[in-house]
Amino acid sequence: MDRIPILRMGDFLLVTIQVDMHDQLAMTLQDDLSAKINETSAKGVLIDISSLDVVDSFIGRMIGMISGLSSVMDAQTVVVGMQPAVAITLVELGLTLQGVSTALNVERGMQLLRERVQQQ
Amino acid sequence: MSILKQATIDAIKHNEPAILTAWMAALEQEGSLSDNRISRDEVSAQARDFLRLVVAASAQGDAADLSRNEWTESRQFLEQLSRSRALRGLDSHHTARFIFSLKRPLFDQLQKTYAKDPATLSSEVWAVSELVDLLGMHTIRAFQKSREEVIMRQQEELLELSTPVVKLWEGVLALPMIGTLDSQRTQVVMESLLQRIVETGSEIAIIDITGVPTVDTLVAQHLLKTVTAIRLMGADCIISGIRPQIAQTIVHLGLDLGGIITKANLADALALALKRSGLTVTRAG
Repeated sequence: MDRIPILRMGDFLLVTIQVDMHDQLAMTLQDDLSAKINETSAKGVLIDISSLDVVDSFIGRMIGMISGLSSVMDAQTVVVGMQPAVAITLVELGLTLQGVSTALNVERGMQLLRERVQQQ
Repeated sequence: MSILKQATIDAIKHNEPAILTAWMAALEQEGSLSDNRISRDEVSAQARDFLRLVVAASAQGDAADLSRNEWTESRQFLEQLSRSRALRGLDSHHTARFIFSLKRPLFDQLQKTYAKDPATLSSEVWAVSELVDLLGMHTIRAFQKSREEVIMRQQEELLELSTPVVKLWEGVLALPMIGTLDSQRTQVVMESLLQRIVETGSEIAIIDITGVPTVDTLVAQHLLKTVTAIRLMGADCIISGIRPQIAQTIVHLGLDLGGIITKANLADALALALKRSGLTVTRAG
């Protein structure tokens, strides 16, 4: 079964979603990510969803939950590169992802994470 | 039932110049020819072509049913004529008169032809009258259709025109909204703004609502949606151009614009955007 790779970059974890998300994949990602944060004691997680162009309410909620669980484990989370169509869909679904930090691209997301971690 | 007698058709065909002259005179009399949007030569050429088409078609078939194949050419001619007049901004009255003023010359001609036979005269006058009415109705219908097409096209153009996304500064986009915000427009606005944010990588978007006449709960909801979508993409949104009346309406309606940065005018919004980008504006020298 395919998995979404979680890459380590110093204090941060980088998750790049390159394939269409299905429910099982999202669940696996949640498990893997929490295990990885625990293992590496990462300070921040960056989720790149720029290749994701189809979302449903479940995936939308999963993004929110992954962000929530990371912050419980003391890791800042930034979601980057959301496509316009995805943003419109999430808004129409009523999923505003309150409390999730967002950035336009990976570069800006990394910058935001560094700032956040320095502030702590 | 309304097949024109061969004698009638022949009479019209043979007296074509006389009928055309009388027709042009009738048009002249009601002032249709003094319009500078359409030239006299053009009208007379149209009149001649039209009369020939009608004579040719009525020689072949039923004059009471324009949907038949014999009338295809006449119909197309009239549609073309209506469209060209609609596009030039001539009114429906002018277009209808062109057809209906043909009645008088035709009746006069019939009177001459059937002077000794009143029964045939009346039946032929009726048939011709009915034919001209049908042609006139078809013209009006085509005219209206062309006008509607023009209106539709203009609406679409207006929709496109009214949603320009402009770049104010490196990383700062602005969208001056003009006109009423409805669901369809919000959708277009949202899509074009989000697309531009991705293309330019801008971190701040300013929506200026100075040109929006009223803000009600629906408009506010649309604005909220747009702002949320922008935030999800990772950019910030400022709403500017809140006029005093609109501020009052928002408060009276109890709308919650919490979490949205609002500014009274575009200048304030730009100042904030520059400040956030770490830029300051100073007087030179």
